Amino acid sequence: MIEAANYCNHSRDRHIVIIGNGISGITCARTIRKRDHHAKITIISGESQHFYSRTALMYLYMGHMRYENVKPYEDFFWEKNRFSLIHDWVTKVDLAEKKLFFKQSTDITYDILIIATGSIPKKFGWKGEELSGVQGFYGLQDLNEMEVNTKDIKHATVVGGGLIGIELCEMLHSRDISVTFLVKDKHFWGSVLPEEEGSLVDRHIREHGVDLRLSTTMEAMEGEGNGKVSRIKTDKGETINTQFVGLAIGVTPNVALFQNTSLEIETGVLVDPYFRTNIPNVFAIGDCAEFREKPDENRKNIEQVWYTGRMHGETLGYNLTSDKAHTYQPGVWFNSAKFFDIEYQTYGKVPATLEEKMGSFYWEHPNGKIGFRITFDAKTQAILGVNALGLRVSHEFFDCAINNQWKINKVMARLNEADFDPEFFDSHITSILQAYNHRFGTQITHKKLSFWSRLTGTSL
Amino acid sequence: MKIIQYLGLALFVGGLLLFSLIPFIGQFTLDAEITDKKIKEEHQELLEVLKPMYGNTYSHQIAFVNDFNNYFDAYNDRLKEEEKWDEVIYEDYAFSITKASAHGPVQQHPWLFFAGALLLPIIGALMYIFPLHRDEPDGIKNNGTYFSSMKNRGWLGILTGTYLIGFYIILYWNAEYLTNLTDMVDGLSMFLSGEPASQWFLYGCLYTLAILVMGIRMFRRYKGNPYQIIRTYSVMFFQLAFAFLIPEILVLLNMPWHDFKNIWPLDYDFFFEYRIEGMLGSGALGMFMLVWGIILIILGVPIFTYFYGKRWYCSWICGCGGLAETLGDPYRHLSDKSLKAWKIERYMVHGVLVFAVVMTGFTIWNYFSGFGLLGDATGMLHQWYGFLIGAAFAGVIGTGFYPFMGNRVWCRFGCPLAAYLGIVQRFKSRFRITTNGGQCISCGNCSTYCEMGIDVKWYAQRGQNIVRASCVGCGICSAVCPRGVLKLENKSEKGRINEHPIIIGNDSIKVEN
Repeated sequence: MIEAANYCNHSRDRHIVIIGNGISGITCARTIRKRDHHAKITIISGESQHFYSRTALMYLYMGHMRYENVKPYEDFFWEKNRFSLIHDWVTKVDLAEKKLFFKQSTDITYDILIIATGSIPKKFGWKGEELSGVQGFYGLQDLNEMEVNTKDIKHATVVGGGLIGIELCEMLHSRDISVTFLVKDKHFWGSVLPEEEGSLVDRHIREHGVDLRLSTTMEAMEGEGNGKVSRIKTDKGETINTQFVGLAIGVTPNVALFQNTSLEIETGVLVDPYFRTNIPNVFAIGDCAEFREKPDENRKNIEQVWYTGRMHGETLGYNLTSDKAHTYQPGVWFNSAKFFDIEYQTYGKVPATLEEKMGSFYWEHPNGKIGFRITFDAKTQAILGVNALGLRVSHEFFDCAINNQWKINKVMARLNEADFDPEFFDSHITSILQAYNHRFGTQITHKKLSFWSRLTGTSL
Repeated sequence: MKIIQYLGLALFVGGLLLFSLIPFIGQFTLDAEITDKKIKEEHQELLEVLKPMYGNTYSHQIAFVNDFNNYFDAYNDRLKEEEKWDEVIYEDYAFSITKASAHGPVQQHPWLFFAGALLLPIIGALMYIFPLHRDEPDGIKNNGTYFSSMKNRGWLGILTGTYLIGFYIILYWNAEYLTNLTDMVDGLSMFLSGEPASQWFLYGCLYTLAILVMGIRMFRRYKGNPYQIIRTYSVMFFQLAFAFLIPEILVLLNMPWHDFKNIWPLDYDFFFEYRIEGMLGSGALGMFMLVWGIILIILGVPIFTYFYGKRWYCSWICGCGGLAETLGDPYRHLSDKSLKAWKIERYMVHGVLVFAVVMTGFTIWNYFSGFGLLGDATGMLHQWYGFLIGAAFAGVIGTGFYPFMGNRVWCRFGCPLAAYLGIVQRFKSRFRITTNGGQCISCGNCSTYCEMGIDVKWYAQRGQNIVRASCVGCGICSAVCPRGVLKLENKSEKGRINEHPIIIGNDSIKVEN
């Protein structure tokens, strides 16, 4: 812990400026405002006037929602909480003078600067990357570009077997555009999902009619004379005619603004466990921040997930308004996603390939669309993590079980408490338990609920 | 498959056009015999008043009704001028006399029109509905909702809303123009209740058919989601059996028309004199109707709502809810989610509850005090409530506004029973929508598709359970959530309202919301 005076400027009317209005920046701003009524808070974004949920961008393209629907707070929220919003791009940062310059607005000075600039799509340097109809997918501008790029087209190609890749497939599919999906690994999201889970998702992708090509990468893109992409070549020597290429091979911190400044940057803005950069009163959170040392042995130096962004923002906001600053200590890892119709939740540690001394139990429904995995320490039998596909499980339950290192038998004996599927859904908990008993020779049972308590929910 | 669907749409639109044209066909001739049969003894004067119409054959309904109204109103006006107040006729004879005077194709071949204007659109609709999502895996089907002219206040939506509003206005206040349509369903009405069809029987048929056909659409749309499917079966059953068939059969048995699942104050005239007299005058079954109705009000609502939340009624049993959940499903996202709308909602819905309670209080007091002092005031209250709330709000706005303001306008802003159920649900119930820890990504699907206009994500994104008086427990928020965050459940009251939830996952510090 660090004393407040050594952490940041605590003057009563300090001006805190946040670059970026994503989940990290906004959570940080909200946390500061809850605990400090006096600070002047300014939030800058060139992308959008108001905070919107980036994870929901795909639903705008699919017609599930309009832009108004993906704003987590109504527009009056910002003024009511005295957040000044600047909808403009920052062009230059003067860290010595504590000054920001904009494309259009007049420059401002800050006392505390919080960098929450997020990511940009990774590029690989393919031949033909500059062709029109080739794009990444990260923000509102990309969405608008994609509207134009995919208008009246018949076939599209998506490169990169991760979360944005499969989202792009689903988006294009919703507009009746046929899709070829190139995935480098042996199965979908090979860096994160174990083989069984990956194959389950592979089958589901194909069930939707997507032309999924595993262990395939793109070599080059080629265009017609008009500068529009018209076909791609794969490493297998195939040529695929396509009118759109979605590049989704990952994201990288958006730090171009700070190149050639005194701010220390590697891939992202380097920070310590308190989110401090090398310059006093300048902090970085979210996708753009890179920890000098991993927050935890199971964590990465750059965390680019909604939930970690929220935790970064919350922790920094607390530290800036507290007597003592605390280090960032993430708890049990969790994440979620949805692959077309199959929901995915994960808690704790489930690596793509089993580590040594790690036990694993995997169950799959005969329909091949629901899967559940528990990993545990082979020696101590303590639960390490869970993957759930096509069934919903309780965050609170697994957070508690993993934190308290419950033995796997105890987890299985109480697994019925983890069921989070809606009412009247077939419960898979019993099948999972049966499979577990069968494999490990255990006799674990769950208490049968009486008709009355099932009818009224009174035993729960 | 596409061809079958287009053909189905064509049949549906064709049938609907025929339905809309039926009021304009046929001839109308009035004679003394008809008049004599339809009027009460004390109104014999009308036989003379309507004499100029006798023997005239009107080639369409509007001219006939206009003439009838002219003669009828002129007579009444004369009486008023002469201050013969006790002779003024308040009975509405326009519908019954028009119906009796009609003769034309509809009267000659009612079943033919029944087939063309009712069966054909149903068949068409089913041809459109059955192939929906046929080759798609189970999952939520909101693709293109906001690109749809029908679902997003485009010209199709505006047209549909206008048609519905027009229909309701004619149904409530100018039903004499609908007699041809009622003649078309006379056969069915005679079969069920032994009486010719009134406009209310016609309305009951359309209402029930809408719930059944659009209920089948729900099965297609929410396939793979048992909660939605079972719930839809439930509203289809309660509409068909309790709201449509049983009341008609009661009439056949010389009992008062009675819907056993309708509860005061939604059933606002339950304590009106004519209803009470009707029940008291119908023997043991009538007495049961009265006692059952009162039990539902004072025991049924609190007990069931304690265990299950108001959903046991609003989205599983209620007829208004049934229509909203089936016919109204394509419009659920059009409800206003703003804080302002919520404020207006609370004033309005509780205001209507107060209005209903006061009116009923007066009625009961009046009943026991022998219709003394308050007779006129009560009558006035009944009239205004019936006009403003019963007809204009629940009917015209409640359904006509589906394509404009979402499918629960009535339930949200106007239903006094929803207000009563909501108070119980908010303060004494085991029902809540549980938020799954910190998994919410603020995407907005839950709020968007909440028909009651609840900003669900406002709670979910802070890890808080959703406990709101207005939630009807339709379960769509849980169904559309892409991260498995929301679960409707009946659980212990402890921890139901978690005012200061912590987003789990962050061990550094604890920040309260």
